[in-house]
This record gives sequence, C-alpha cells and structure tokens, in this order.
Amino acid sequence: MSLPSEILIKMYRAMLRIRRFEEQIWEVYTGGLMHGLAHLYIGEEAVAVGVCAALRDDDFITSTHRGHGHCVAKGGNLEAMMAEVMGRVTGHCRGKGGSMHIADMSVGILGANGIVGGGFGIATGAALSAQKRGTDQVAVCFFGDGASNQGIFFEVMNFAAIWKLPVIYVCENNHYGEYTPTGNVTAGKSIADRSLPFGIPSTTVDGSDAIAVYEATAKAVERARKGDGATLIECDTYRYRGHHVGDPGEGYRTKEEIESWMAKDPIQQLRTKILDNNIASGAELDAEEREVEKEMENALEAAKAAPYPDVAEVNQHVYA
Amino acid sequence: MSMRKMTYGEAVKEAMAEEMRRDPTVFLMGEDVGKAGTVFKVLLGLHDEFGDDRVIDTPIAEAGLVGLGVGAALTGSRPIVDIMFGDFIALAMDQIVNQAAKLRYMSGGQAIVPITIRSTMGAGRSSAAQHSQSLHAWLAHIPGLKVAIPSTPADAKGLFKTAVRDDNPVVIYEDKMMYALKGMVPTEEDYTIPFGQADIKREGDDITLIATSSMVHVALEAADILAEQGISAEVVDPRTLVPLDRETLIESVVKTTRAVIIDEGYKSFGITGEIASIVYNSAFDYIDAPIVRLGAMDVPVPFSKPLEDATIPTPEDVVKAVQDMKIR
Repeated sequence: MSLPSEILIKMYRAMLRIRRFEEQIWEVYTGGLMHGLAHLYIGEEAVAVGVCAALRDDDFITSTHRGHGHCVAKGGNLEAMMAEVMGRVTGHCRGKGGSMHIADMSVGILGANGIVGGGFGIATGAALSAQKRGTDQVAVCFFGDGASNQGIFFEVMNFAAIWKLPVIYVCENNHYGEYTPTGNVTAGKSIADRSLPFGIPSTTVDGSDAIAVYEATAKAVERARKGDGATLIECDTYRYRGHHVGDPGEGYRTKEEIESWMAKDPIQQLRTKILDNNIASGAELDAEEREVEKEMENALEAAKAAPYPDVAEVNQHVYA
Repeated sequence: MSMRKMTYGEAVKEAMAEEMRRDPTVFLMGEDVGKAGTVFKVLLGLHDEFGDDRVIDTPIAEAGLVGLGVGAALTGSRPIVDIMFGDFIALAMDQIVNQAAKLRYMSGGQAIVPITIRSTMGAGRSSAAQHSQSLHAWLAHIPGLKVAIPSTPADAKGLFKTAVRDDNPVVIYEDKMMYALKGMVPTEEDYTIPFGQADIKREGDDITLIATSSMVHVALEAADILAEQGISAEVVDPRTLVPLDRETLIESVVKTTRAVIIDEGYKSFGITGEIASIVYNSAFDYIDAPIVRLGAMDVPVPFSKPLEDATIPTPEDVVKAVQDMKIR
C-alpha cells in the first residue's frame, strides 16, 4: 500500500459521503420530497472516488444519469446537490436541472447528462479545449456499459486518438443497461477491448477497489498531461439498488448475485485496508462517519428549508 | 464606412479570418476545411494563414464533431464547427438539441456555450434529396439556439462576426447557391450586425414580401416585375430567425396591408407558417388579403433539373401570388 495515508482517508470519507447522500435520497424520494427520477450510485462509490482523487480541481468530468457519486467526488456541495434534486433555488442549478443534470462549473463538473453517452462529445471537446488553450488539464468521461454501444463512443475515440487528446474514458460496467444484462446486448469479450483498434490503451480494474481505480487513473492522468493521449479504464462494478428508486432491482438479478457484490463492498474494503495497515484507528474512522452524518443532516435540513425558485425564473438562463 | 466589393463566400471567409485574428480562442473545424478550403472552396487561404492548429480537418463524423465543439465551447474556447451540408445536421441533432441548446439552462446559468455552427442550405445544384434541403426551421424550433440566415455578402460578414462573438450556440446557414453573389461589404474590423434586426431590402407601399436567405433575391426580382405593373413591393429580410424582429415585420404589413412570405424550407410546419401567425396576431385589423406562404414543395428534393426547379419558389410564383390579391 504505497498511497499516502491522506489520500486513503480522503477516499474513505468521500465514499461515505456518497453512500450517505444516496441513502438520504432514497428516504427523500420515498418520503415524497423529491420528484422525477433518482438513479442511485450505492455500490459503485469506489469508481467515482478513485478517479476523482487522482484529478485536480481544474480538471473536467462529465457525468451520467447515475451521477450523484461523481459530483460528490469531484467537489460538489452536498447542500447544493440535495437542494437541486429537491428542485430548490439554492441548488447547484437553481432547480432547473435536477438529479440528472447536476453541474458545478467551478470545480470542473461539466454536468450529469440524461442522454446515455451524452458526455462523450463534451468531455472529448473539453480535452481538445485544454490542448488548444495550452493548459495541462485533463477531462474524464464517466459512462456506463450501456453507453458503450452508442455510436458516438467510437467517433470520439477516433478524434481522441488522431489528436492525442488528454481525455480518460471511464466505463462503469455495472453489468446491466437499465434492466438488460450487458452481455445480452454487447459484442466482444470486454468493453476495454473497444479502444484497442484506435491505439488507445485500456485496462480493466476491480471497481470495488478504490485504490486500484486510483492507481489506474493516476497512470492515465500522467499519460494525458504529458501529451501522450487518451486511456480507457473499464471498472467492474455493481449497483446494489435498482435502475432507479422505484425499481427494486430484483427479478432480473438474483439474490445471490447481489449478495456476492455486497460481500466485497467498496467502503468496507477500504476500511479494512486502512485498519490492517494501521493508517487510522477504528475510532478515527467512526469519527469520520459521524462527521459525514452531521454534514448530511445539515445539508438535508438546509435543502428542506430552501425556497422553490420564483416562477419568474422560468425563462431566465435560456440565453446568455 | 469603407466598403469593398466581394462575393458572399469571400465575406464569410473575411469574417472568420478577422475573428480568428482578434480572438486566439477561436478555431475552425470541419470536414475538408483545411487546405481544400471546404468543398465549396470558399475558405481557400484560411489554412495558409492560421495553420493546422486553428483550421482543422476532421473525420467525417458529425455527431462527434459537434460534440467536441460543444465541450470546447463549455471550457473556454470559441469553436466554429463546419457542417458541409445542412442535411448532415441530422447526424448531430442530439449534440445540438439536447446538449448545446440545454447546457446553459440545465446548469442554472453557470455554463456558456459559445459555439458557432455554420452550414449550408438551398436546392438548385442538382444534388438531390440528401444535399439540398433547407432545414433551418428545425433549429429555430429549439429554445437555447440562435439561428441566422444571411442573404447578402454584407449580411453574411456582419452576422457571422456577431455569431462568433455571441456567448450562445448559433447556427448560421449559408445558401450554397449564393457563394458567388457579389456585393459591397464594410471592411471595418468591428463591423457586426446585431441579431434580431430585420433589414428592409427594398421599400414599398402596396405589399410586403417577407423573404429569407436566397428567397430575398427571388423577392427582389419579383418586386422589379411588380413595379413595372405599378405595384410597389416592400422586401423585408428577417436576417435572424432566433431572435426574430417581429416589430419590423408587423410594422411593414400594417403599412402595406398585405403580405407574401417566402422561405426555402418545406412549406408545411415551417418558417412561413410561424411568421404568418405572428403577423396575423398583431396586424389582423390592418390586413386586406389573406397572407400567402411560399416554400419548398413538400417532396424530397428531386435530382432531375426540371423536377428540382419545380420545387423552389420563383419570382413568377411571387408575382402571381401578388396579382391574385388584385391590388390594382
């Protein structure tokens, strides 16, 4: 375990924040405080956290419909996120985007996206912009196994390869595109293989292992900053809950399968590693948990107390 | 104002070159825009001045191309994206409609998306059904986009420069039949035309001909013929569809009491219907005859010349529409 201990603790805390946020969303949604759609990230925390821990604040990410985890990991504010999903004016997007469109340009979150594969063009373009402006910023495109079948995936890999763009494609393969097993609708042995014809190196990592994800990302970031181009990282992961709140996630998935993934829970895994290596004590980690709990409570209370946007705002922000 | 005579194509190129000299974050990308200067050759020389870094040949991949433009625009660049034929915008619709047009609103005003998408429109080159359509109504339908359709070299230059400087996604359509059209063009660096200002291309009293893009020239020709018949036609060019200068259109019809609207998009569900409804709603009490709408025939644009010609409004169609109103 060669990672600095502050990175390990930071990742542990970030995963806890995501987990608690999503659990809270479940309660908020089923309690009728939130409308629309909520796609929970529980079980996939190590991907967002491992990737974002290897990025700088001024690097860019594009996110997906299952995007809360990415936004928390990249520096989104829990209170503004909770307010956004509840449609309040204090939300990141003043209540205009909601769960599927959270953006915080100040920390490089170029937006979650309701179109499957919607981030491919934006992230690759952000990488092009970084290259043109002569910065060493990197752009990360989070996408799911389902998006790997969208045609634009192959278009942007071609662009990224011919121009050596500083972009990292992070596939969260949670094995189901909505309700359909990935293998039923996806050709080839792996999604990671799909970049190889373009000359873009790829790797497959255990998406429940935040350290493995961090290390793979750090390598890709270094390559991108040096001007050597893109990387594809496929993370093997799983969502514990259904496609969205309202889908129990059963029927198309077996109990055994769900339990086998929960047995290697990303948060527990990292906790064990931290304890085994004497990086922090159980008491210290419990204290982290209590702090996150407190932060979450405050965020929820603030969001609940926040007003809805004035209807006069409905036609603001259509144009700059 | 100092002026120089140039073609429509030269005016577009000059606008682009001036904006690229002025602002280092502006770059152009598209299929064959580099040494080839586009398939229409209108940008020849641009690559010589700005090189591979800023005049960039791309793969034939319109969705990715526009998608990259959107991402670049979100993050500090001001890309101009060239879509060779307006028909090909269909391949990039998700990027334009669901991404470019929405990102500012969905982010609650955090984002700007200063991308200029230039494309072409217009039949008349025997290019058949997939290289001849005028689909500007599609994008005018989407909140969050601006749409410009210049009809003269001077307008092309002024509107193009405004498009590049605008912080919103702008789609600018050039009629490919007009590239060789000549006209006087202001040469000042800061010559721009504000969006949402219609231009009265010819003043008249008896009838208003509201026309867009190449149909402005059809209307002007019709106005000449009508003048010989003692009918004074006013030709009004909206120049931008979004934003649309409703006031100028309405004022003209209030003055003349009659209108023919001519646009090369398909007639059904298009620009002419929208403008007619705006004029009816605001000038109903002043109107002396039903408004006539002329557009492309509702058929795929055919290849064979006599068939193709039959689908596009002509000066004679405009004259006949006006004569049927029995003004004199």
